[in-house]
Amino acid sequence: MRREGSPFQGLGAVFAKEVTDNISSVRMLVLELLIVLTALAALYGAIDNLRTNTAEDPFLLLRLFTLSSAPLPSFVAILGFLIPLMAIGLGFDSVNSEFNRRTLSRLLAQPIYRDALLMGKFLAGLATLAVSLTALWLMVIGLGLIFLGVPPGTEEIGRSLVFLVIAIFYAGVWLSLSMLLSIVFRSPATAALVALGIWLFLAVLWPMLAPAFAQVIAPPDPRYTALGLETPDTGLWSQFLLRFSPNDLFGEAMLAILSPTTRTLGAVFLDQLRGAVMGAPLPLGESIMIAWPQTVGLIASTIVLFVAGYILFQRQEVRA
Amino acid sequence: MSNPVNEAPLAPADTVIVAEALSKRYGSASAVDKISFNIKKGEVFGLLGPNGAGKTTTILMMLGLTEISSGSISVLGYDPARQPLQVKQRVGYLPDSVGFYDHLTAVENLAYTAKLMGLSLKERTQRIADALKRVRLDDVAGKRVATFSRGMRQRLGLAEIIIKKAEIAILDEPTSGLDPQATLEFLDLIRELKAEGITVLLSSHLLDQVQRICDRVALFQSGQIVLMGSVAELSVQVLGAGFVVEVEAEGAGIARRLATIPGVSNVETLAKDRFRMTAERDVRADAARAVVAVDGSLRRLSVDEPSLEAIYARYFQGKTAGGVRHAA
Repeated sequence: MRREGSPFQGLGAVFAKEVTDNISSVRMLVLELLIVLTALAALYGAIDNLRTNTAEDPFLLLRLFTLSSAPLPSFVAILGFLIPLMAIGLGFDSVNSEFNRRTLSRLLAQPIYRDALLMGKFLAGLATLAVSLTALWLMVIGLGLIFLGVPPGTEEIGRSLVFLVIAIFYAGVWLSLSMLLSIVFRSPATAALVALGIWLFLAVLWPMLAPAFAQVIAPPDPRYTALGLETPDTGLWSQFLLRFSPNDLFGEAMLAILSPTTRTLGAVFLDQLRGAVMGAPLPLGESIMIAWPQTVGLIASTIVLFVAGYILFQRQEVRA
Repeated sequence: MSNPVNEAPLAPADTVIVAEALSKRYGSASAVDKISFNIKKGEVFGLLGPNGAGKTTTILMMLGLTEISSGSISVLGYDPARQPLQVKQRVGYLPDSVGFYDHLTAVENLAYTAKLMGLSLKERTQRIADALKRVRLDDVAGKRVATFSRGMRQRLGLAEIIIKKAEIAILDEPTSGLDPQATLEFLDLIRELKAEGITVLLSSHLLDQVQRICDRVALFQSGQIVLMGSVAELSVQVLGAGFVVEVEAEGAGIARRLATIPGVSNVETLAKDRFRMTAERDVRADAARAVVAVDGSLRRLSVDEPSLEAIYARYFQGKTAGGVRHAA
């Protein structure tokens, strides 16, 4: 049975309202402060490091993103850890709070489809995240200009823009996940806890568990161990398992994009090194090629999780 | 679904809602079971029945907010399952215990839904101001809804229907949980809607209010409409008579004497000195004479308007004893 009318009717109104809510909420302010402050600390460390140590580096600006100075991790690592928190903060109560406030049936009694409501909420969340991340990105570039005094080159800007796009989709994965949970669980507290649980598991526990599982699946060869090397099979399995985590995908993509000398993200085969000038940077296009599978993985996860939420939401009963 | 192309109702032109054998099943459980009814333009129609009898489900099916398992319903000539936007453009809905965004003001809340209705900024501003005046909330228009009482929220919900200029207003339990004053005010607002020619569909389990305002009622029980018609019709049908006279008098043999009055079909002895007579006419004068005739002392004589409550109670008592079945 085909329904009549556009599923996008009312999308603009929902989008505008949700963006306003997101941006003016205290929750968002706290999350932004958290990210800006930690990011500033990381940047400060990086800038300090760069000013004293670096002489000639063609990608000075990119170093700002990747350089870590103990005890702080690098800017990118901090983002990889905190972006999910921000996305979860925006999404975990998006649908169930409408149920609990009893506003859902009133909204859906207006001439709109459910599609518009869910899509509007998702796009509003993504737009909010995009705005914050863009602001953060501008802040990094600005600080780089002020403290390093070196104007960024075209390629650096290009690479950092690619970084921005990937970061937004990384946030998208977590946003769709938390929205999915907000559809599944009627209580926002449950949805938030489950989302945070998944986040901690994937960000903290999985990097430890994946190598352990890999060793079970492909036990290390004592001959490699004797040489102090990692068994190739174990390494491959470990990487394969790690890639189930969006955090790992984000980390790998960032490595390829922000460190132009990265030639591969997996095991290196000898023929890949043939003719390579070690330490020479790859052109931007090649770096994007390396990060492409990870990027597609992030985009696909965003879409798959959103679709799952969409289907559940369509089938949900409206009455509270 | 036998006639999927043209489901225009084959009913009089002034019929706005036509339901035929409408059913909703959840697994094997039936929430609404083959109900049929017609609602005429401009009438106030009451859906009555205990909680869980299928009233809200019926309403949600009218709005296309829940899927129909079988049967058909047409609202203003549209099929809510396939043309929900057309239906929702013309039908206003006030859900059971309606909610608003507490952090927004009354005007902001209404502006959001008005935007969803597709109204332009100018139209929105005008209609919102008018509607708030109509429901007497214009003095708190700029206040956050968090501070509103339940009665005010219900009125705000009604303002939304007014903004929409709906042809049909569907109100789900609009007065439950309101204090008597707020209830009266709300019922007045519903009367105003009716005066404007808006068809009102009202669901409630508060019989007294429904009786005061509804032209016709449908009595729901476990997913079926067991009775339908105006209160007067139902009382004749269920109580078997239009009048219930209560007599409070002391004396011997009053009950027997009362039963002999022509037109009286039944005399119940409620207490030693209280009797309830069911009659097809107003028999108060005869009753007074009867009491005096047996030398009793008459203390009170009252006539009950046929009340839904009595109909309701009697119907469900009678049903177990094989009483009246479907009356539509």
